[in-house]
Amino acid sequence: MASAVDTLGPRPTGRWARRLSALVIVAGAVAVLLPLAWMLTTSLKPESQVFRTPIEWVPTTVRLENYPEAVTLIPFWRYALNSLIVSVPVVIGTVVSSTAVAYAFARMRAPGLRWLFLLVIAGIMLPGEVTLVPSFLLYKELGWVGTYLPLTVPAWLGGGAFNIFLLRQYFLTIPREQEELARVEGHSFLSILFRVIIPQSWPAISVVAALQFVDVWNDFLGPLLYLTDQNRYTLPLGLNFYKDIYNTQWAHLMAASLLALLPCIIVFFMAQRAFTQGIVLTGRR
Amino acid sequence: MTQQSLRRYRRGSTREAAAAYLFVSPWIIGFVGLTLGPMLASLALSFTDYNLVTTDGTSFVGTSNYREALLDDPLVIASVKVTTYYALLAVVLDLVVGLALALMLNTGLRTIGTIRTIYYLPAAVSGVAVSLLWLWIFQPSGGLANGLLDLVGLPEIDWVYSTTWVIPAFVLMSLWGVGRSAFIYLAILQRIPTNLYEAAAMDGAKPMRRLFRITVPLVTPAIFLNLILGLIGNFQTFTQAFVISEGGPANASLFYTLYLYRNAFRYFRVGYASALAWLLFALLLGLTLLIFRSARHWVYYEAGGPGAKP
Repeated sequence: MASAVDTLGPRPTGRWARRLSALVIVAGAVAVLLPLAWMLTTSLKPESQVFRTPIEWVPTTVRLENYPEAVTLIPFWRYALNSLIVSVPVVIGTVVSSTAVAYAFARMRAPGLRWLFLLVIAGIMLPGEVTLVPSFLLYKELGWVGTYLPLTVPAWLGGGAFNIFLLRQYFLTIPREQEELARVEGHSFLSILFRVIIPQSWPAISVVAALQFVDVWNDFLGPLLYLTDQNRYTLPLGLNFYKDIYNTQWAHLMAASLLALLPCIIVFFMAQRAFTQGIVLTGRR
Repeated sequence: MTQQSLRRYRRGSTREAAAAYLFVSPWIIGFVGLTLGPMLASLALSFTDYNLVTTDGTSFVGTSNYREALLDDPLVIASVKVTTYYALLAVVLDLVVGLALALMLNTGLRTIGTIRTIYYLPAAVSGVAVSLLWLWIFQPSGGLANGLLDLVGLPEIDWVYSTTWVIPAFVLMSLWGVGRSAFIYLAILQRIPTNLYEAAAMDGAKPMRRLFRITVPLVTPAIFLNLILGLIGNFQTFTQAFVISEGGPANASLFYTLYLYRNAFRYFRVGYASALAWLLFALLLGLTLLIFRSARHWVYYEAGGPGAKP
């Protein structure tokens, strides 16, 4: 996968086609950045200048106060803390359980295991709507509605079909010799997983962790169904709840939204390689 | 093999099987408890009039939920139309634009690292904050979309406040993330051996012919995968519709999942919502099987092209 960046591969095109391509690609990159730039510039404008036409890319007056105001207009830090309270156990649970499950599927032999793996793959294609309502009833029966448990516990139960698939494919690329040596020395599977497999798998594990963090941090439907108490709202829920209060105050709303996205953008830049490779590897959405 | 070592081998493999099942057990618990169980429960519920609030009078109603959904509820038809229109438009444009970008990226750009980062950025952000951003972009007065239309002298559009434009607006928003597909296709393009093109060029094949005879066939497995995952993913569109347009105007963006959510959690009609869920499942399963069956006519596997028998 790493060669994707460095080797340029076949170039069945002439010089002019190449120049035109470069132009289109750069124009496309600008187009991708426009919405985010618009978000940033709006967040720095006084509300009175937000609606000006023709559009102003550079605010005539920069108003940094939008940010401190935005985080006090709604209990922003409370929501951010709640988002963290959900995200951390979800990311840890996903990594731990998908690593264990993927390792079994990659290396162990047991009757029926191949069939189970096919079920994992089939699960990727299952639309989430089908289980939406009965899962809610299940959590209601357990008395979990209104708590973080329906959002966090499932991550510990397998960690998602995509992640299992991704890690299994990665484990398959690790040479078996070291493991076999460790087996002969009498190490258990668990100890092999920790001594041999995991130390070599950090690239794949960080893919899983980064993608999962972004997913859970931005999740809306789950919190919408299960969080009833406003003090427990996560950021997406809080932002949506205060959409109507902010409504015409786009500068403040964009400031709050940008702050809410910041952790994802930071994770993206930190784990950029992992991120892009993980998406290419699985076609994950 | 001696009797003893055979026994040890068997015991070893029994132990391995036990370990394997122990490792996989979290997934099994999750699959049975959170997927299979709820699926069956929702199938059973779909034949009842179970209500989330007044749960005492639940009774078996046969197929009446399904009949209502298919025959008597115009909003089901409307939401299927809206969702299909969106899903098809989004998937096809993602495919065409993604592939075109990949072909252009493959011509050898120097600063590909930076470009890659920018194109992937939308994949890192999603959800409510991004929906709010696009709601602002699509504001008829002051929004970026109309601002850009003004700039090039085109008439303004009401975007998410217009029954005609609300779905194209959502498609535009989804196209923001097209870079992800482009780089998936690029990874495949870069694995195509150069000598295929050299041979074709020597045979006098024009660039267009090389594109459709070599490149496109070799990318079909990825197109196939993107088509299936894209359809399933787009049929689950929820957050954007909930935050940006709330299904409106005049139900023009009443996505299927949004309508299902309303039935279950706003009208508390759990039985009916379960029937809706199963109808969607059946529809997607049907579509997926259709794509799978069609695959042998257009998906190229290296053994010898579409439809090749081993």
